[in-house]
Amino acid sequence: MMTQIPEIRSTEELREKWKTPEVITGSEILLRSLVLEGVDTVFGYPGGAVLYIYDALYGFNDFKHVLTRHEQGAIHAADGYARASGKPGVCIATSGPGATNLVTGIATAYMDSVPLVVITGNVFSSLIGTDAFQEADITGITMPITKHSYLVRSVEDLPRIMHEAFHIASTGRKGPVLIDIPKDVSAAKTLFTPVTSVNLRGYNPRSVPNKLQLDKLVRAIAEAERPVIIAGGGIIYSGAHEAMYEFVKRTEIPITTTLLGLGGFPSGHELWMGMPGMHGTYTANNAIQECDLLINIGARFDDRVTGKLDGFAPKAKIVHIDIDPAEIGKNISPDIPIVGDVKTVLEMLIPEVERASKADAWRSRIAEWKQDKPLRYKDEGKVLKPQWVIELINDTTKGEAIVTTDVGQHQMWAAQYYKFNHPRSFITSGGLGTMGFGFPSAIGAQMANPERLVVSINGDGGMQMCSQELAICAIHNIPVKIVVINNEVLGMVRQWQNLIYEKRYSYTDLAGSPNFVKLAEAYGIKGIRATTKEEARAAWQEALETPGPVLVEFLVSKDENVYPMVTQGSTIDQMLMGDE
Amino acid sequence: MERNTISVLVNDQPGVLQRVSGLFGRRGFNIESITVGQSEETGLSRMVIVTLGDDDQLEQIEKQLYKLIDVIKVVNLSVRPMVARELALIKVKADPSERPEIMGVVETFRASVVDIGSTSLLVQVVGDTQKIDAMIELLKPYGIRELSRTGVTAMIRGNVQ
Repeated sequence: MMTQIPEIRSTEELREKWKTPEVITGSEILLRSLVLEGVDTVFGYPGGAVLYIYDALYGFNDFKHVLTRHEQGAIHAADGYARASGKPGVCIATSGPGATNLVTGIATAYMDSVPLVVITGNVFSSLIGTDAFQEADITGITMPITKHSYLVRSVEDLPRIMHEAFHIASTGRKGPVLIDIPKDVSAAKTLFTPVTSVNLRGYNPRSVPNKLQLDKLVRAIAEAERPVIIAGGGIIYSGAHEAMYEFVKRTEIPITTTLLGLGGFPSGHELWMGMPGMHGTYTANNAIQECDLLINIGARFDDRVTGKLDGFAPKAKIVHIDIDPAEIGKNISPDIPIVGDVKTVLEMLIPEVERASKADAWRSRIAEWKQDKPLRYKDEGKVLKPQWVIELINDTTKGEAIVTTDVGQHQMWAAQYYKFNHPRSFITSGGLGTMGFGFPSAIGAQMANPERLVVSINGDGGMQMCSQELAICAIHNIPVKIVVINNEVLGMVRQWQNLIYEKRYSYTDLAGSPNFVKLAEAYGIKGIRATTKEEARAAWQEALETPGPVLVEFLVSKDENVYPMVTQGSTIDQMLMGDE
Repeated sequence: MERNTISVLVNDQPGVLQRVSGLFGRRGFNIESITVGQSEETGLSRMVIVTLGDDDQLEQIEKQLYKLIDVIKVVNLSVRPMVARELALIKVKADPSERPEIMGVVETFRASVVDIGSTSLLVQVVGDTQKIDAMIELLKPYGIRELSRTGVTAMIRGNVQ
């Protein structure tokens, strides 16, 4: 059965109407505030403590509410929505287990600086602290994984808190904000006047950088013989992709983009070196190790990028540009620290910088590396290889799709072999590495971009962690193309066991997984299986041509490993290259 | 490793102590002592935290604290001349015969006896950490039954704020 989500009214009209103060309940304040903050889609799951909120939602058509099948699905969908659109994602869950089911999703968003406004119900204020039915101290539980959180003690505070939450989530270094609303607060009435300004003394994110540091960087670029840029998620989150392109165009400095930075710079560009780090390219990793100037723009020197920290970029003068002052000096002490919004910084730098004129030999060397050591795998006749599947998806979608992934081998292959051209096109759990993220995040990404092709690439392990959301795709006809790369094992863990734990494959065999085609069909979604290249081509073509959601399962070998690979404790130029 | 005394001005909100102490815990920063109380401004509290760490750690502590929305201002008091004080209450075993001797120690330290039990004295001492440590050392031979220290509160000397 398909249900149509009704068209929403214009926010302008409502904004005008709601200007007049009116006595309404906390629940109604919540809904109106969401509309006024520009929210058009909310993912949620009802329960006892949010009954008033869901009662107010009955017949409320001014944003779409998507009923997921698990709170974890709701928050990952909200996360996918936020990453794909740049707007804060919103989800609602009830108290206790509803709220604790959000924890993984909150941590996922926190690690990757994704703006979310997470709304939970709580038990009646009078019952808080009594171990009441479905009570959990969710503000306490989530303190280390939220940018900020609120326990709403009085309905009078709710309008201010709603506005503050959206402001905090979506400015500075973005992140999840939790609002916990006791049941009595959602029922209580007060005079509602929309809040349009914030007064937060302790929150003044700095966006404009120190000019002296910028001058130092300009001089460093002029002097550099072997400069390299590492660009991270900050490029995408600050909307700096055009400025990034312009900066590289002017300076002609070779650039590598981190997992979260993929799409922030067109991958077809001759100066793009691919991804750095544990599964980075030969070129990117060697360029970092050899460079004399490393310009980090909106990345955080994560351990998966740096490898062994004290052998990282040993010859380089290091520049770190980040909006979060705490990231600067956290893992690496830069020679030139620049605190500021990446887009603002780049736009200030562009008129000042010139072509790095001493770096011609370096550019040739990098071009040679790219030529001699591209990403590769052993393509064996008719055998279906996971890398080949990603290439098939890339070739048929011309790098124009929004791709979401789960976590593990398929994620790394997607990062390596899908060639992104646009920001907000690669949606993946980088920092937390959350399995179960790939599929529900695609639902959110698709809802934010109804016109774009969304491909969700999953392993057989992760697909089973949130497969219940197939129901949402079916009910609302959300046309995500769901890919399951099935190697019948927990591939990335098995890869480590294969390479480091003497092939002792402890509990990584996933035999006994469901028939994914039938699983899709059970929800009323078309499912197709492919075991050879020929079948794969046909299946994928059929999936692309079929309107609505389709699941395609590609059966691949379990012995394929992701290369290059830098093992833990090694510097990033010590790469296992595989047996190609 | 250096000992630093940090003053943190925070919103007087429920949970703010948990936010600050939780931050120290999960980032692996050490807390030697922490005190919280009212500040000069309504709605704001001041925490004084004594922490051990190197310069890099201290810088991270300050930056991470500033990321908390409820933190208004962070000042490292140790870089300037400061006054640091704590208070200790020490219940010392004291038979009537020993009282005069203990009173002598107490007077020398400009501490005071705030309660007398049949076999004990309750001593209150205010001062910097070293003074209180010394007082405790001197009272130990008599037998300390109970000891309670407030932790350090501190302020920069002179007109600076």
